[in-house]
Amino acid sequence: LKTIKILGTGCAKCKATEQAVRNVIAKNNIDATVEKVEDIQKIMEYNIMSTPALVVDEIVKIKGRVPSESEILEALK
Amino acid sequence: MFDWLQNFSDWLIYSFFDIAQGSKLGDSLNFFVYDTIKILILLFLITFIMGIVNSYFPVDKIRNYLSRNKLFGLEYLFASTFGAITPFCSCSSVPLFIGFVKGGIPLGVTFAFLITSPLVNEVAIALFIGMFGLKATILYVSSGIILGMIGGFVLGKLNLEKHLSPWVQQVLLNAEKESDLEIEKQSFVQRLPLIFREAMGIIRSVLLYVIIGIGIGALMHGFIPTGFFENYISKENPFAVPLAVIFGVPMYSNAAGVLPIIQVFVQKGIPIGTAIAFMMAVVGLSIPEATLLKKVMTWKLIAIFFSVITFFIIISGYLFNILL
Repeated sequence: LKTIKILGTGCAKCKATEQAVRNVIAKNNIDATVEKVEDIQKIMEYNIMSTPALVVDEIVKIKGRVPSESEILEALK
Repeated sequence: MFDWLQNFSDWLIYSFFDIAQGSKLGDSLNFFVYDTIKILILLFLITFIMGIVNSYFPVDKIRNYLSRNKLFGLEYLFASTFGAITPFCSCSSVPLFIGFVKGGIPLGVTFAFLITSPLVNEVAIALFIGMFGLKATILYVSSGIILGMIGGFVLGKLNLEKHLSPWVQQVLLNAEKESDLEIEKQSFVQRLPLIFREAMGIIRSVLLYVIIGIGIGALMHGFIPTGFFENYISKENPFAVPLAVIFGVPMYSNAAGVLPIIQVFVQKGIPIGTAIAFMMAVVGLSIPEATLLKKVMTWKLIAIFFSVITFFIIISGYLFNILL
């Protein structure tokens, strides 16, 4: 089971990222929990400076842009 | 450079669609076709070039550079210039702010970055070239950078740390110099697909604003007589600049939406300096921006920040009117 977090204060790009992640999980039957982290203090604990960011099992995989579905799949491996 | 495009627009509207040249509708449509295509070409070029620069100077690298090096005052110039290079997204301003504070970068330098970031960016530059030409663009970019430097410097001197939100002050206490980043070595060709995708993403996100902006601009272009605004806002009116700026501060739009309209204002007789000052106020400061910053600073600090920047935007408005 993977723990996926999407860090973002709620802008359009962050929502797009969350949607993309959910699509990838559904399409590939990946067993994972998805959590959207919107609290800025919590976001900053990951030491990133640009949102949205994709965190898999507490490791920041992609930051500052909306990842493509293939990138997300790669990050989940 | 764009003569061919003007010829094409003339042909399309006046010959192909057979709308009379000189009619209000014809002129509006011609302006719309010409402006939209020109702006899209420039937008693509500039966004792509800035994307390349950005790929080599990502914001993390900039932060670490500013955090580790003593620059004897030059840090304001660097921070402000980097603010111009970095693509602006209002939702990133808070994480950026904290990231800088965390890296032990002085508050004034952080402000310098924060001021320039929305004012000067790839979208603003592309539209500016297309609408006001290269000379005005260079003046705009350099004054945006100078404004960030001076604003940041002044704010830095005011000892505002105590007005940060308590949790940010905590971050400030634990600030440390950033260690080296592990930077992936990538060749230019390897970087290209991502740069291209980012550029397309930026263009897609502003496309609608640009087209609506040009649409409104085109209507005004066709239907408002030249010199219409001169009676109301002339160069001689000393209150025009401050009024335009104060009116613009609470409003929010990105450069993409507001510039096409500004262009028509200028064509119809509003002094360019007044118009640019208005635009700076609209894109640089806004109520949404203030509410975002509330997460990291007190209202008092936001008020000081906004007043200082408003003051300098008004000054640049007067300067633009003299210089352009």
